[in-house]
Amino acid sequence: MKRTSVLLAAVALLIGWQIAAWMVNRPILPPPLEVLTIFATEIFGELGLDFLASLGRVVASMALAVATAVPAGLALGQMPALNRIFSPVIYILYPIPKVVLVPVILLFLGISDLAKVVIIFLILFFQILVLVRDQAAALRAELVASVRSLGAGRRALFRFVYYPASLPAILTALRQSIGTAVAVLYVAELFATQRGLGYYIYLHGSTLFDYPRMYAGVVAMSLLGLGLYFGVDWLQRRLCPWQFAS
Amino acid sequence: MIEVDGLAFHYPDDTAVFEGFSWRVAPGEAWAVLGLSGGGKTTLLYLIAGLRLPVQGTVRIGGEPILRPRPQTGLILQDFGLLPWATVRDNVALGLRIRGFYGPDGKHAPAGEAVTARREITQAWLDRLGLSRVADSFPGQISGGQRQRTAIARTLSLQPDLLLMDEPFASLDAPTREDLQNLTLQLRAETGLTTVVVTHTIEEAALLGAQVLLLGQLPNRTAHIIPNPGGADPAFHTSPRYTKACALLRRELEAVR
Repeated sequence: MKRTSVLLAAVALLIGWQIAAWMVNRPILPPPLEVLTIFATEIFGELGLDFLASLGRVVASMALAVATAVPAGLALGQMPALNRIFSPVIYILYPIPKVVLVPVILLFLGISDLAKVVIIFLILFFQILVLVRDQAAALRAELVASVRSLGAGRRALFRFVYYPASLPAILTALRQSIGTAVAVLYVAELFATQRGLGYYIYLHGSTLFDYPRMYAGVVAMSLLGLGLYFGVDWLQRRLCPWQFAS
Repeated sequence: MIEVDGLAFHYPDDTAVFEGFSWRVAPGEAWAVLGLSGGGKTTLLYLIAGLRLPVQGTVRIGGEPILRPRPQTGLILQDFGLLPWATVRDNVALGLRIRGFYGPDGKHAPAGEAVTARREITQAWLDRLGLSRVADSFPGQISGGQRQRTAIARTLSLQPDLLLMDEPFASLDAPTREDLQNLTLQLRAETGLTTVVVTHTIEEAALLGAQVLLLGQLPNRTAHIIPNPGGADPAFHTSPRYTKACALLRRELEAVR
């Protein structure tokens, strides 16, 4: 995607928002300038802290998911016998919308940060697991044999074959599931917490009826999702240039 | 160089491929292994490469039993041997990087000599095989012939004393194939490598092997060897004896069907 077209799209959306605000003409839809002004000041105060809290939870979940799902996916992809045992279990668990587990996890882990991290982790884990497994299973035996013939043992195979082979799968899985992860984070932050963008939006919208601030929170949450998406996209272009070479 | 003694090997479905099979290859010899599909050609190559282990008997190279891939043995496969995510240059450098990764431990890399000047060695092989122009391309962007040249450069940059090739040129068009066959013979002549080329093509066996090992009906019990005195010489291709050699190999191959 070209940078100018992305910018143009953003400007078009802002214009659409402004027109909608004029037409609605009520406090529940403040114009973009008002919201963005509040956003610009708040982001250095309360909103910024809530943004960081949410960002921290997503990043921690991503790290945890990558650290566990990648080895598991590689093992399943390279050991068909193991995959035969686990694949029905994954088949059943994969499509369950993990957001319905929010109350269950809160019951077990309480209102801690850990509970929120675990919920997002579950979404990312299965996505990465399945993609890395399929990528590892698609690795040609000939490729592994010829790299072994160059002297590679287990460690070098991991470094020179399995790791780079699973990189696109990891990044694709992250890119695909970031939207869901941020959405579920919002839900998770509605429950029993005093930090995070979900809480910020809920507090200003439903308790204080401060709509411009609520919208500033919505903008922050959107930017969080967008920023993570573009970040992963950028990483994929940097780390996997062969995927983009024609 | 290679000593195969009393070798037995079975496919996973228990079909016996080799049973009490013995074979000798002396240093510097050029061998072609000819046979029909499923006749055990690739299996034999993988056993010599240390990628499969015999059920019985031994494979020894230079007196050492082969229990894992040996650092001085090079292996080139028909296809899929290159890392799709690495450039031609990085693919050529891969063997040297793996040696650097372990250091000269005698197990993954030859003992005693650490890899130095990786860049220079890599560049020299890129130049030698005419790959400099595509050095920064990925395997998916170059021709099949260039891919096999990359595989050859990667293997030879490790200075092997034994080169094993499994149908190396089978997926290439005829001019590219001839070109690479000649290149292989040239490099053989320059380096004094021992070569074992597995092929299902009579013409390729006649050209690349000064001796031809014929594998036929399973299980292979005895090494069926056909001397091919003119082989492994680029000029042989145009000599009248070449046609005769091909006809002889064809008759022998028919006989084991």
